[in-house]
Amino acid sequence: MKVLKIATAGSVDDGKSTLIGRILYDTKSLTDDKLEAIEEKSRQRGFDYLDFSLATDGLVAEREQGITIDVAHIYFSTPSKSFIIADTPGHIEYTRNMVTGASTAQASIVLIDARNGVIEQTYRHFFINNLLRIKDVVIAINKMDLVDFSEEKYNTIKSEIEYLASKSEYKGQNLTFIPMSALQGDNVVHKSENTPWYKGETLMHHLERLDLDDIADDSQTRFPVQTVIRPKTEEYHDFRGYAGKIYGGDLAVGDEIAVLPSQTKSKIKSINFFDKEYEVAKRGSSVTVTLEDNVNVSRGDMLVKVNEEPTIAKQLEATICWMDKEPLQASQKYYIKHGVNDAQAKITQLSSIIKTDFSGIEENPSELVLNQIGDIQLKLSKPLLFDSYKNNKSNGSFILINPKTNNTVGVGFIK
Amino acid sequence: MSNKIIQVDALESEAIYIFREVVAQFEKPVLLFSGGKDSITLVRLAQKAFYPAKIPFPLMHIDTGHNFPETIEFRDRLAKELGVELIVRNVQDNIDSGRVKEETGRYASRNMLQTETLLDAIEEFGFDACIGGARRDEEKARAKERIFSVRDDFGQWDEKNQRPEVFDMLNGRIDLGQNVRVFPISNWTELDVWSYIEQENIEIPSIYFAHKRKIFVRDGMIWSADDAVVFRDEEEVVEERMVRFRTVGDMSCTAAVLSDAVDIAKVVEEIRDSSISERGARIDDKRSEAAMEKRKQQGYF
Repeated sequence: MKVLKIATAGSVDDGKSTLIGRILYDTKSLTDDKLEAIEEKSRQRGFDYLDFSLATDGLVAEREQGITIDVAHIYFSTPSKSFIIADTPGHIEYTRNMVTGASTAQASIVLIDARNGVIEQTYRHFFINNLLRIKDVVIAINKMDLVDFSEEKYNTIKSEIEYLASKSEYKGQNLTFIPMSALQGDNVVHKSENTPWYKGETLMHHLERLDLDDIADDSQTRFPVQTVIRPKTEEYHDFRGYAGKIYGGDLAVGDEIAVLPSQTKSKIKSINFFDKEYEVAKRGSSVTVTLEDNVNVSRGDMLVKVNEEPTIAKQLEATICWMDKEPLQASQKYYIKHGVNDAQAKITQLSSIIKTDFSGIEENPSELVLNQIGDIQLKLSKPLLFDSYKNNKSNGSFILINPKTNNTVGVGFIK
Repeated sequence: MSNKIIQVDALESEAIYIFREVVAQFEKPVLLFSGGKDSITLVRLAQKAFYPAKIPFPLMHIDTGHNFPETIEFRDRLAKELGVELIVRNVQDNIDSGRVKEETGRYASRNMLQTETLLDAIEEFGFDACIGGARRDEEKARAKERIFSVRDDFGQWDEKNQRPEVFDMLNGRIDLGQNVRVFPISNWTELDVWSYIEQENIEIPSIYFAHKRKIFVRDGMIWSADDAVVFRDEEEVVEERMVRFRTVGDMSCTAAVLSDAVDIAKVVEEIRDSSISERGARIDDKRSEAAMEKRKQQGYF
């Protein structure tokens, strides 16, 4: 069955957790025991409605404060599709957790409180969705019940977002606007009678209909070697397999390939997956391949088709989202993790901070603080084999790790 | 050679990728094996990740001493067939030495006590990565956990300060004394696991299938009456019913469900139609709303 990964985004109290709870409730995905727990807790707290956020806010601190701190992954399925929803936090201070949730999403829902309209957090979340190049974005204009289901209010917010989108350089995005009340269930799973002026689909209907196959795969073949498999048993004495996951394109037996960075040429001899061999393997498959020639390949090397080479360089330019309390400073050293490859990296230049309302940049800043997004230049201790994020998401992104704390402090998108 | 195209299931491919990252990034990984369906699935995925080489790390079972005999027999046979080292550490040893105190009363369970034995074993062997079969759909605190979840040298999970985990880049850098709990099937649901077991034709312990068992009912849950470790009041009536177990934990805290599912296809069907969650049959999760989170803060896997 097909799996659709969706991330939610929105400011605090825009109702993300409530929306997910509503989806689970209306698609009958909540089991009896979980529903009973929600009913009981809602009663205990004196609510006259079911507090669905109790289904997703899994940490004590979250329930105490009534906010979402970290991503919860929620799973449910309809007869035609499986869904994984990343319920991400709205607070500015937890934006990094929102990026965590959104990075693997194929589609995203940005919630807006109809009473407040487009606010700074909306800009930020919309911007991050653009930066990540998430193709399908639903703008859920929520709490419509509190603005008397006003079409005018809906249209105002819609045009503000459309204006914002017009300033983005990522034009491939499909925006869908849906007026809803997550609390009362309007246009979430069931069509609302309160919005006769809205001719579009419900949220669930839209998500069910999204065609995952249109996530184009015209990228070139990238096969980073994760680990070398050498059984050294009698039966497999000479077996030397290169294990990894195919990032883009495909691999076929007989393909002429180049091993990077050494540029050695060889041919694919076999493609193994457990006890079976295949002729062709597609993007996303974790396979083991063997080569015709006895060449030197180790972790971090990459197999590509001849004449389809990525950039091989010891410096790169990227947009970075900073995720650590300690600011990014130019001339600081970090570890860079690019796919399965590691290197040391020095920030040679912090060129700009990008304003998340698309209003421009601040040039030559001294530092980049938590949740800010900026452009940097990096010098690397060894050449990395990369593409631009635009051309290959997996091979065009990286993380930075602080060598003192081992924490992941930033995520980068290669230009 | 089969003249076919492979485009493996995304969840399977993701899990295999994670296993390979563990072996590449850590010195001494171990697979925490309970003999339950999730850890059995992990074993199959580990086999696939390194085939035709053997699984390059040991299995470790923290035995509460209250396990179903069927599970223990299965565990020993599987490790032997795979030619993988099996480490067993017993909660009983810590009880005997007085390091931990056994609970008493109606709801007494050894489940909590496992944590201490697990942390001891991690220290004893110097494991830096412990691979476990937890899934995010199991429980709401689990739903918050990363795939690489860093624990300090007390085994503690700092749930409010987790590392960002973006795309599929897994950061396994840790300080000496820390370890990482790794959850390759984080994104699987219970139904995914059962479907996979069916598809791969993986053998599982017999208690997962419906069988006749002496049981009694307490608080709406069905308990095994065959086993001395489950506390039973005299007035609680024993009867014989067709039951199976949905999870295989410590007998003292794992309830059965009424079922006619005698084979894997029927189990899959039953799970698909079930209106009760898997953890609904685990009494230790019902102790408080934050039971799992508290256990994890203390080092539970």
